[in-house]
Amino acid sequence: MNSREKLLDKYSARVYKNRKDHIIEITEEPKEISANTRAIPGIMTNRGCCYAGCKGVVLAPLKDVAIIVHGPIGCSFYTWGTRRHKAKGDANTKNFLEYCFSTDMQESDIVFGGEKKLRQSIKEVVELFNPASVMICSTCPVGLIGDDIHAIAAESEELYGIKVLAFSCEGYKGVSQSGGHHIANNGLIKHVIGTGDRATTKYSINILGEYNIGGDGWEISRILKRIGYDIVSVMTGDGSYEELKSAHVADLNVVQCHRSINYIAEMLKIKYGTDWIKVNFIGMKSTIQSLRDMAKFFGDEELINRTEEVIADEMGSIEEDIDYYKGKLKGKTAALFVGGSRAHHYQILLKDLGVSTVLAGYEFAHRDDYEGRDVIPSIKEDADSKNIESITVKPVDNKFKVYLTPERYEELKDQIPLNEYKGMMVDMEKGSIVTDDLNHFETEELLKLLKPDIFLSGIKDKYVAQKNGVLSRQLHSYDYSGPYAGFKGAVNFARDITMGIYTPAWGYVKAPWKRQPTLEGTMGGAV
Amino acid sequence: MLDLTPKEVSARSALTINPAKTCQPVGAMYAALGVYKCMPHSHGSQGCCSFHRMYLTRHFKDPAIASSSSFTEGASVFGGGSNLKTSAKNIFDIYKPDIIAVHTTCLSETIGDDLNAYIQDTEIPDGKYIVHTNTPSYVGSHITGFSNMICGFINYLSKSTGTKNGKLAVMPGFVNPGDMREMKRMLGLMGVDFTMLPDTSGVMDAPMTGNYDMYPKGGTKIEEIVDLGNCDLTLALGDLTSEEPASVLKRKCGVDYKTLPLPIGVEATDNFIMALSQFSKNEVVYDLEEERGQLVDIMLDAHHYFYNKSVAIYGDPDTVLGIASFVLEVGMIPKYLVTGTPGVAFEKKAQALFDKFGVEGCTAKASGDLFELHQWIKNEKVDLLIGGTHGKHIARAEDIPLVRAGFPIIDRYVHSYMPLVGYKGGMRLAELILNALMDRQDRDCNEEDFEMVM
Repeated sequence: MNSREKLLDKYSARVYKNRKDHIIEITEEPKEISANTRAIPGIMTNRGCCYAGCKGVVLAPLKDVAIIVHGPIGCSFYTWGTRRHKAKGDANTKNFLEYCFSTDMQESDIVFGGEKKLRQSIKEVVELFNPASVMICSTCPVGLIGDDIHAIAAESEELYGIKVLAFSCEGYKGVSQSGGHHIANNGLIKHVIGTGDRATTKYSINILGEYNIGGDGWEISRILKRIGYDIVSVMTGDGSYEELKSAHVADLNVVQCHRSINYIAEMLKIKYGTDWIKVNFIGMKSTIQSLRDMAKFFGDEELINRTEEVIADEMGSIEEDIDYYKGKLKGKTAALFVGGSRAHHYQILLKDLGVSTVLAGYEFAHRDDYEGRDVIPSIKEDADSKNIESITVKPVDNKFKVYLTPERYEELKDQIPLNEYKGMMVDMEKGSIVTDDLNHFETEELLKLLKPDIFLSGIKDKYVAQKNGVLSRQLHSYDYSGPYAGFKGAVNFARDITMGIYTPAWGYVKAPWKRQPTLEGTMGGAV
Repeated sequence: MLDLTPKEVSARSALTINPAKTCQPVGAMYAALGVYKCMPHSHGSQGCCSFHRMYLTRHFKDPAIASSSSFTEGASVFGGGSNLKTSAKNIFDIYKPDIIAVHTTCLSETIGDDLNAYIQDTEIPDGKYIVHTNTPSYVGSHITGFSNMICGFINYLSKSTGTKNGKLAVMPGFVNPGDMREMKRMLGLMGVDFTMLPDTSGVMDAPMTGNYDMYPKGGTKIEEIVDLGNCDLTLALGDLTSEEPASVLKRKCGVDYKTLPLPIGVEATDNFIMALSQFSKNEVVYDLEEERGQLVDIMLDAHHYFYNKSVAIYGDPDTVLGIASFVLEVGMIPKYLVTGTPGVAFEKKAQALFDKFGVEGCTAKASGDLFELHQWIKNEKVDLLIGGTHGKHIARAEDIPLVRAGFPIIDRYVHSYMPLVGYKGGMRLAELILNALMDRQDRDCNEEDFEMVM
């Protein structure tokens, strides 16, 4: 039996039937994986909910927005400062990231409805802070008792003269955070993007699906600005409502996290004609590739030359450090379990450092994140995915513009990932394992079977791995380190992994008396 | 830092800003982790379970296991009965706990899921148990949920056989494993035979061995919970948290109870020790007398650094009251006491403390939030903040030292291993407070005033 079979063998027939299609071994032949389906009740999944995806991931980083969580206190509390999406305010931009707003619904609000309290909360937030925009995110009970948050948003928008948006992202919708990403994407494209009119310069871009965890977005922006790009907006790390309004004026969208933002990328293409390319700024090789792809898109010789100059300079500045860490890490193996696109992105960085990936999985991905977007037409809709609204957009006449000529488009589409993502599995080595919605049991078993040196995941399973003697680093929060993106980020990552593997504490796990006898004495009668 | 917070306090009737509480289920999950071989189970959407596990893991830096009923839209319309049944089967099959402790969420409460009926319909393997409690997130706080989960265990399991077991039932309150260990040490020193429920020591501070154990050695045993019904007396520590489960045990099994504040500071620890002495009929042992004397010695030695320093304390009601009473004992002024947990009892108890020590101009508020606390501080500054991580922004904004104590502390290490309770806890608290205040003095004073000896 191979590792996959050994693992599945331990399940009951019913669970086996469900899980077998979520776990595959990479072979020469492309394989279909089951993804974005319900987690099995009782199985310790790492997944969160729709609210976590909408409020926690996509909306929360928008710094100038006062997000009111409509519901009992918990959900707002859990997404207050817990995701490390860094942001800086300035003279013109208020930063609400240090604040947590909740209607803190009480029993009477559940019984008699919470609309009155929500209205009053909006009034109070506007009077106290006068934010650029207010967004309302609903939690489970709100949908059940039927508070009309959208009507209240519309009414408040009129009353206060600021943008007020409502997101029905109750936790029970969909099967994971993924539904929430989609709901947030829909709201932003419908009501925010396209309402501004910022002027652009040459090489204008949006960075999509970059949440500035640990300052990644700042590091990526630093490199791009050095080359000469005009960054119109970042979605949504250190992003703002103000900035987002003009996202449609950019000439190119670059997509970092595919899962959480691909809807906006697609809708921007249809509505405003903006092409997108899939990029990966995690890892040196992939950062270089992404920068070259972007330069190729614009096709301007000056930009292409400048790109090469910056690459050479950045690489030169990290070479020595990277060589040192490579020496420390070469031959190690890793297992990754993260959301979005990170389980893919970090494999490339690990490879740069001589570390091979034996197991990778996504928490809330769809088949296209694993197999590539080509499979989208063949993904069957189920009851759960139908519950998440899919909106249809049309080209906006006076704002629609296409950067590439049809000829140039044809020429480029085979050279760069133009409106295309090939998925994670194509970059994985034969014999490695892919697991969708990896759960606690599978984590424990696979760590035993595959014995990776490094387990890269989140806080819930970090200490499970560590207590088993395997170094575990969080790829959601970077264990409060970072940035990990770009060239300098690669050094930070390599340093963090190296110190984790080589920390002297590992040497003390077994007490000496567990390794050698401590009782000394002479045998009776010996002289 | 918190630049948008205006100094002027305006009345808010609806909006909570920067809460000083969270919801019931996370407290229930923590309580259930204090039972040996127990799987806490969240009956709701999986986000709840994920958030709570995240929070507990971040506070304790140890795995917090729990499962979820993983509600979808269908379950939310038709009820979560089949989700619970499937969950129970899978949990017993795969994770093999001895007991599943179910708590509800705002979702399952709003649709009115009848957990009693569901559990009766669920197949439970021989010798295994499922218990539940109702923890609607729109009532109370995580403290309420913690208390409710203990009630759930007692309601389902505790039995009176008519023969007393000579033991003391101890409800430790919402405290860290480090506190529970210290309480147990004192109970041991006083020769008290006891059962503590819950007991997260050995679970949420489990040692590194190189082998992960899903069910570490710690936690209250099921048979001990059953036998709680035969205890001679319950000692409910932190009455705002522990009185309810103690009264449930009294109603169900006739076990009398005595409530005491959390044993934080000299007097509260004295009362705890005397209660143990009364119960065990043992004289107070010299070890404890010595520790008490050491603590008082420290308080006298350093009194001039404490005296009249004002402090704002925020967090969970019993913890805030306990720390307030200690700071009063060392001569500080607990200017602001804030808990997010609702209940006027907190304010009354705080007022009683202010009166007892004759301090004036102090304010205590239940159902408060950190935004308002910050506004108060902007109007009248304090010398020190004591509470969890969420006050760190205020500390930075107003340049006030912060001593981390209570729940949740998600930005520091080691705290959950160390006690606040008992004389030892008092010494620790004294050291934390002195270091914070004296480091500040060293940092802020003129160079010519920089003291070698302090």
